[in-house]
Amino acid sequence: METTTSGFSFDLCARNARLEGKAPAAMKTGTTICGVVYKDGVVLGADTRATGGSEVADKNCAKIHYLAPNIYCCGAGTAADTEKTTELIASQLDLLRLSTSTQSRVVAAVTLLKRMLFKYQGHISAALVLGGVDCKGPHLYQIYPHGSTSKLPYVTMGSGSLAAMSVFETGYRDGMAEAEAVALVKDAIFGGIFNDLGSGSNCDITIIRQGGVPEVRRGYETPNETAPLRAAYARPASLRPPVGATPVLSTLVDVFDAPQPLAL
Amino acid sequence: MSILEHNGAAIIAMAGKNCVAIGADTRFGLRMQTVATDFEKVFKMSNNVFVGLAGLATDVQTLRNLLKFRLSLYALREERDMKPEAFAALLSHLLYEKRFGPYFIEPLVAGLKDGDQPFLCGMDLIGAPVYTNDFVVSGTCTPNMNGMCESLWRPDMTPDDLFEAVSQCLLASVDRDAMSGWGAVVHVITPDGVTSKRLKGRMD
Repeated sequence: METTTSGFSFDLCARNARLEGKAPAAMKTGTTICGVVYKDGVVLGADTRATGGSEVADKNCAKIHYLAPNIYCCGAGTAADTEKTTELIASQLDLLRLSTSTQSRVVAAVTLLKRMLFKYQGHISAALVLGGVDCKGPHLYQIYPHGSTSKLPYVTMGSGSLAAMSVFETGYRDGMAEAEAVALVKDAIFGGIFNDLGSGSNCDITIIRQGGVPEVRRGYETPNETAPLRAAYARPASLRPPVGATPVLSTLVDVFDAPQPLAL
Repeated sequence: MSILEHNGAAIIAMAGKNCVAIGADTRFGLRMQTVATDFEKVFKMSNNVFVGLAGLATDVQTLRNLLKFRLSLYALREERDMKPEAFAALLSHLLYEKRFGPYFIEPLVAGLKDGDQPFLCGMDLIGAPVYTNDFVVSGTCTPNMNGMCESLWRPDMTPDDLFEAVSQCLLASVDRDAMSGWGAVVHVITPDGVTSKRLKGRMD
């Protein structure tokens, strides 16, 4: 039954329980995500690998999500959950801004997120690093899938969180300059990319400054780019199947604006 | 064994220069028993949007009907065809709505955006989108297909070259997967029209 009400639909749950033993694996973001507070703002960082089991499903996915003009959020866990949860909260914040005519507070975003995640008792597996600036200054939070939160000067999440945290624990200082903070976040993400199998590819960075426009630097550093290497060598003829190589049984050509498709 | 592998499928979508191709096998099986060899898994949604649905066959057909219904409503309301970006978003939301009781489908969307630029998108069964510029794969032999595509894909292929690349990737991949194969169909979408070809492949 299709309905017009909002929220999740549990129509297929009974059928699925009969069909399957265990649920098929959804796509995960193995993930290293992190953030630090520095002198005049917050820096967020993320790797760009998405995995389905041990297979790399996406080599360059974006894990730093928009929540509000002054708030961004890194997501780890089930890819669909982090994507849709941040989208939902972004739209709720937008409506809140329209009705109050004020800038979104970071704590408001955190509260909306933690209430939703707690309501679903951890079944929505989104582990988030949320950063932003508002009239009270820069803020950085981590949010667990069950809805617990902590407000900290430097945080990491995801399967690469240990690798990234080891970098933070050695390199973090209070009141860093922006360049130092960005370099530290990049090193932390690289720690995940190169030491955690669930993380990989590129390092994305978003800088949210006090009283400035956020700087979204997608592909801030790309240490695993293969395109130049592939372009540098002559492709063997066997990797360029010639036209006509594949045996074809029938062909149907549908030219747009023609009266009917043409069978060859 | 996952319910996603109950019926078997192999689908590849690939981008060329101002063209995209989407190809799929045509087997319909029940676990290791082949039941039919003319099963459609790729559907034309409009002149510039095709969708490939890999997974449980009952959900393939349910979702195809649902998408056709939603697309027809959109066309009536808006008096225009849906762009591939919007179609992918619609599909993603349809899947995520059933987050806790999903359709067992891993879909691919292939189409041409404004300016005849290729659009490719893959999703998992709860609608997490994967946007790529080169190729996406879905089905029961994704490691095989990913491997073949990584080898044969190159930038800016012509429609003819693209057809050969997709076909060879598909045929080689399904030959190493028991759950898919038994014939294949490849659609090449260009700004002027769509060419659909049935491939000759192993029937074992």
